Amino acid sequence: MTVTLFIPCFVDSLYPRVGISMVRILERLGHRVECPEDIACCGQPAFNSGYWDESRLIAGPVLEKLKNKEAVVIASGSCGAMLKVFYPQMFHGLPQEADANVLSKKVWEFSDFLVAKLGVTDLGAKFPAKVTFHDGCHGLRELGIKKSPRRLLEKVQGIELIEMADAETCCGFGGTFAAKFPMISTAMGEVKCTSAAETSADYIVSNDSSCLMHIQGLLSRQGKPLKTIHLAEILAQQ
Amino acid sequence: MSASSQARDFSAKARVITRDLRHRGLIQTALKKYEVARGRKASAFNDWQSARQAAAETKWDAINHLDTYLEELVAKLEARGTKVHWASTATQAREIILGIIKSKNARCIIKSKAMTAEEIHLNDAMEKQGYEVVESDLGEYIVQLRHEPPYHIVFPAMHLTRDDISDLFQRELGSAPTREPEELTMIARRALRKKYLAADIGITGANFAIAETGMISITENEGNARLTAALPKTMISLLGIEKVLPKMEDLALFLPMLATAGAGQAITCYNTMYGGPRQPGESDGPEEYHVVLLDNRRTELLADPEQRDALHCIRCGACLNVCPIFRNVGGHTYGTTYSGPIGSVITPHLRGLQDWKHLSASSSLCGACTETCPVKIDLHHHLLHNRRNASVEKPSSLERFAYKMFAFVANRPGLWQFSKEIARLLQPLHPLVKGTALDPAKSWTATRELAPVADESFKEWWRNRR
Repeated sequence: MTVTLFIPCFVDSLYPRVGISMVRILERLGHRVECPEDIACCGQPAFNSGYWDESRLIAGPVLEKLKNKEAVVIASGSCGAMLKVFYPQMFHGLPQEADANVLSKKVWEFSDFLVAKLGVTDLGAKFPAKVTFHDGCHGLRELGIKKSPRRLLEKVQGIELIEMADAETCCGFGGTFAAKFPMISTAMGEVKCTSAAETSADYIVSNDSSCLMHIQGLLSRQGKPLKTIHLAEILAQQ
Repeated sequence: MSASSQARDFSAKARVITRDLRHRGLIQTALKKYEVARGRKASAFNDWQSARQAAAETKWDAINHLDTYLEELVAKLEARGTKVHWASTATQAREIILGIIKSKNARCIIKSKAMTAEEIHLNDAMEKQGYEVVESDLGEYIVQLRHEPPYHIVFPAMHLTRDDISDLFQRELGSAPTREPEELTMIARRALRKKYLAADIGITGANFAIAETGMISITENEGNARLTAALPKTMISLLGIEKVLPKMEDLALFLPMLATAGAGQAITCYNTMYGGPRQPGESDGPEEYHVVLLDNRRTELLADPEQRDALHCIRCGACLNVCPIFRNVGGHTYGTTYSGPIGSVITPHLRGLQDWKHLSASSSLCGACTETCPVKIDLHHHLLHNRRNASVEKPSSLERFAYKMFAFVANRPGLWQFSKEIARLLQPLHPLVKGTALDPAKSWTATRELAPVADESFKEWWRNRR
């Protein structure tokens, strides 16, 4: 199958290894991978701030470029939810509504694509470390993804998954929320880091780099030894 | 962006309380206990998710046919001698209640818990007229003694420890210090019993109003609402018009559901139906019963098909309990009667979108509220709707310009690549301004490190690879 990668802006600039890992995994599974280089962002910041017209300035061209693809795969539940759940809402009643609905059915979050669409759980990955998994809220509640990333982690050799209390509690990132209400966002992140640290894991793993950017930002500032890593990076380790 | 005074107040309070680790510990601990209890009781339902669906459908019916159910309710209430009053606004509701109090030459008023009374600032209005008002719910009594509003719609004093309460009682009631909850309760009970006997009027809220039978359902754990209703000669119930349920049998679902979602109880201790004043031949009950039905902009919410389901709310407080924002900022920071996710959804409707839109903005949109809501209100998506409505009604020109510029750059790959290179070039200079007023990422870097821009972006890797 031809898999079209949607690379979120922060993955492109800050976490290229996540995208590279996805390419390696999908190609190893025998799929043709493509990545439209002229897509920069899904338009979520403007959408979440209430500026739907401005969000559609970005979303419209994205929709146009992706609507005829076979499968669009995203290493972020948040950007995934934007394309899958919020594009149809944002284009409701507009000429692009039908396209948005068509695209919605073809958009996959990466871990769910592997498990639910491709039926793959064992990628032959090795990662000898103790990890705990953070459920990104958009992946969990907008896309309903809970089991797929765990099924993939279970098959990783040498890994020990220790669930934290409140794995489903938000890390406090929330996009522009983190900048508009940094005090609340930070407090939420501190609670998250405490829960994760209580597991004595070496890594916090998630299927969303945006959450990890926030969590790692706090951990680095506080000088904590706990590290963050995206699920795709673990799955690509041989 | 011009922030309302309410928005500035919210941020100022949030800045202080999010650093208060004592507060954080207290609230997290209390709500963890709730979570455990609630999970246990929800699993006692055959199927909690089906129960939520059934409850949502019943409320959908009630709210979408509110006109007919309200008429039915009122006709049945009046048939048994209850005087029903319609209050369009908070002012009207206060005037109606003050009018009843005056006509009875009342002096002392006893109240059971009613968030609608908080909403219309009833106690203030009564006290200003010289009446003595006493809250009879233990938590409400405690916060009343502290001259503060309830912290949470179900647990008004959850922000206080036993020591805080003991200190308060020593100061206000002259009691001896104690850390025993039973003793603290007895201290309040001794003070309150006298008030019931002295009260001329009892004011209650309502949990549900049953159209079919014309009855007001009140559910409580302390028996204080029963005493409030039974002892004074005049009883007044103040309730929002959205409290209506079509049938008596609906309570078979809603009472256990409210108890479970609200407090992690199988059923609340006392569940009472009030059908009217004392009837001929009855030995107790008030001589007069007044029901005040409050609109206070609920009909405006009703007119909004997108967010009408916010009127499904049964005020269980479950969305507050699971909300990581509420858990960190606490109830008082919101500065309004209804806090947490439901408050952030409805307050902009009830009190003005531009003044209160910050409550809808101050959310990470995690959706824990929507997931837990027993009547399936689409809470976190309504926060998005409020944000959209606020920006359509009165856009911030700066923010709109920023998003337009962002779109302009994002839609031009060459320009986007150029801006990425600029960011990479400027990054080594960032430490020079980091944390200062010149730092463009100051709101992030005050507490968090910025992730470094990679030497080679994904797209660069992708191009180089081919």
